[in-house]
Amino acid sequence: MEIRPILSTLRRHKITAWLLIMQIALTCAIVCNAIFLIGLRLHHMHMQSGVAEHEVLQVQVADVANTDNRYVRAAEDLAILRQIPGVQAVGQTNQVPFAGSSSNVNIRLDANQHEPTLRAGSYFGDNITQALGSRLVEGRDFTASEYIDADTAIKALSSGDTRSLPAIAIITRPLADRLWPGQDPLGKTIYLTQSFGARVIGVVQGLARANPYKDETAQYSMVLPLHMGVGKDQSYVIRTHPQQRAEVLKAAVAALKRADPERVVIRQRTLDDIRRDFFQDDIAMAGILVSVCVALLVVNALGIIGLVSFWVAQRRRSIGVRRALGATRAHILHYFQTENFLLATMGIGLGMMLAYGINIYLMLHYELPRLPTMYLPVGAALLWLISQASVLWPALRAADVPPIVATRSA
Amino acid sequence: MFRYYLDLGLRSLTHNKVLTMLMVLAIAVGIGASMTTLTVLHVLSGDPLPGRSGSLYYPQIDPRDPTGTLSGKEPPTQVTLIDGLNLLRAKRANRQALMRGGAVAVMPSSTGLDPFIVEARYTTADFFPMFDTPFLFGGGWNSVDDEAKARVVVIARKLNDRLFAGANSVGRVLRIGKKDFRIVGVLNDWSPNPHFYDLNTGDYNYAEQAFVPLLTAFDSGFSIDGSNDCWGNGTGGVGTTLPSETCVWLQFWIELDSPQKVADYRNFLVNYSEQQRALGRFERAPNVRLRNVMQWLDYNQVVPDDVRLQTGLAFGFLMVCLVNTVGLLLAKFLRRAGELSVRRALGASRRTVFMQLIVEAGLVGLLGGLLGLGLALFGLWLVRHRPSSYAALAHLDVSMLATTLALAVGASVIAGLLPAWRACQVAPALQLKSQ
Repeated sequence: MEIRPILSTLRRHKITAWLLIMQIALTCAIVCNAIFLIGLRLHHMHMQSGVAEHEVLQVQVADVANTDNRYVRAAEDLAILRQIPGVQAVGQTNQVPFAGSSSNVNIRLDANQHEPTLRAGSYFGDNITQALGSRLVEGRDFTASEYIDADTAIKALSSGDTRSLPAIAIITRPLADRLWPGQDPLGKTIYLTQSFGARVIGVVQGLARANPYKDETAQYSMVLPLHMGVGKDQSYVIRTHPQQRAEVLKAAVAALKRADPERVVIRQRTLDDIRRDFFQDDIAMAGILVSVCVALLVVNALGIIGLVSFWVAQRRRSIGVRRALGATRAHILHYFQTENFLLATMGIGLGMMLAYGINIYLMLHYELPRLPTMYLPVGAALLWLISQASVLWPALRAADVPPIVATRSA
Repeated sequence: MFRYYLDLGLRSLTHNKVLTMLMVLAIAVGIGASMTTLTVLHVLSGDPLPGRSGSLYYPQIDPRDPTGTLSGKEPPTQVTLIDGLNLLRAKRANRQALMRGGAVAVMPSSTGLDPFIVEARYTTADFFPMFDTPFLFGGGWNSVDDEAKARVVVIARKLNDRLFAGANSVGRVLRIGKKDFRIVGVLNDWSPNPHFYDLNTGDYNYAEQAFVPLLTAFDSGFSIDGSNDCWGNGTGGVGTTLPSETCVWLQFWIELDSPQKVADYRNFLVNYSEQQRALGRFERAPNVRLRNVMQWLDYNQVVPDDVRLQTGLAFGFLMVCLVNTVGLLLAKFLRRAGELSVRRALGASRRTVFMQLIVEAGLVGLLGGLLGLGLALFGLWLVRHRPSSYAALAHLDVSMLATTLALAVGASVIAGLLPAWRACQVAPALQLKSQ
């Protein structure tokens, strides 16, 4: 098909043509970035927890007043929970993956290092890796005799006399790879304060932080062998068979309430619930982005249908003349399709530049990564498809114009 | 004349129903989306204490050791207990309050009811007059109670309704964590949004139900909520053990009523830092900040990024809808070239034809705006049913309602300018001839 006559016609309809191009360009730019953002959210939402996700339950209880024997009470509670039928492992932890409220420590590779190397999630409690089902891939787990009470540790740390502390830790594979790439982490030391370094005795496959906002650092966690005692901020974690979760959770809460009827149950939920709560905003945002994309494409399609219908009405006479001069219906149809393709292509070209512009702005203000080039052809194909589909109906109407129109006035 | 244009406009709108509907729909959808997101942004970036926030300041000092933290050059966002008490007792501002969030177990007096946990704030006497909290019954406590670790409590209306069925409970006893506290005041509904005075416990929709003197709360072993930032050998504390001396974990707010006092207070903070350095407690050069409420919220970037992103997205969407409307209006106006040229030939000036078309465009905008308003209300209803902490705050107020209609009419008039101008260029005679 000859495009020169199309271009010369378009030149006479500059404003309308430009409006269509602008509309397609803006849509292209927004849709490319939106699809990219949807991809990021979906990727973020599928973040690994590194634990046995469908098997873990969390129960958080608080005593009405402080007890003097916090550690004894916690040990008793753990014993009670262990008795419940269907329970595979129980533990106590200061935080749970994806639960939001987090505990973090600065990690140094050298005690006298000025700036810390990184900040890692710090898990303290009883039997954490077992209860969460975090798989040990190297070294060993803590033994019962290695645990000490949190109060003792705090006292030792603030006095600077850390000799009695169990200077051992379990870290995650990603943290080990980040701290000592390509080396065996077992036996290496991480410094949590200037006077306290912990030797790595075990490595778990993964254990996400409680507040993993960034995908890259989500698995930077470590575990220390501390008894935390009962407390509002501590959670009991129970691992059970996925099918038994509901009944085990109910039984666990009932058993804890029976042990002390005055205490308050703050939370009781599965790790699946915790994950859903944590990513709810991402789910909502992805939904919003999808609906905006769909709405944009619909508005575009309607705009194209409206404008091309107008053009067809305006050019009825010249279409009739062309038909009278021997143009087939297919010729007329192709004419409008080609015209639209040219406009869409110009719009898409402009839109891609705009897409990069928006992406640079987002990179500066929202710390987003660079838009991968693969999103551009996806956006372009989508817009070509939409514009060709929307031009079809008015173009068919144009093709229906009988040659006789040429003989009528206006 | 305007009424005549309006009549013409209405008549012409009904002429080409499909095109008109497309335009109205495009504007409505664009307006609906942008007003929904703009309302959320407007609510979230609002002033939590209008009229007072300008005179409330958040002093920051830097007590950390020289081994750096990853956060850089800004001083910490909270204070240590020692510094907090020093600044509080120095009384260098008009008012000052030191505070921390927490949670307490409340025991209902009637037996058979389970104890329950409520959010609490441990603070000092000036909290109530400084933040101008509305009292339903009674009032706050005084600084003597603070230092004497008096067992007094101010409760929120919600808790008063739950425990005392809304009756005046001042003077009655509230059992908190197995200890007796005397109720001195009941707050009327009060929950500033954002929760500016402590952003660690929740940015939005967070309201404490019990207020206890700070030292009393620590003495009673109440548990604390929020964040602790430690350096050196500091640890965040566990159970009833408070965070160590090398941890910042309290919020300190002051009220200053003149620029002179602000300057003086800043000097005071520098002097205090130097004095502490001389004593060997501080190791860094004085590093102080004194931000007021809005500056503090801005510094902490309280409005979620997602909300800003959504607003940008919605306005991009509105742009596309407007460009679309411009095209459709152009089509509509140019199609009426015949009718317009008749009016021109009958003596209508270019200006009157232009005005007529602009009124018509505005009419499209008004219809689109009204429909968009409905869509925005629906959009906000959807937002309110989302689980985010700020969701419940998403309501349209009168100013946003007016903005919606103004934006819709304004946008469509702007969209109509180019098509109307083009349509005015029609030469009267030429068009008549071809008829």
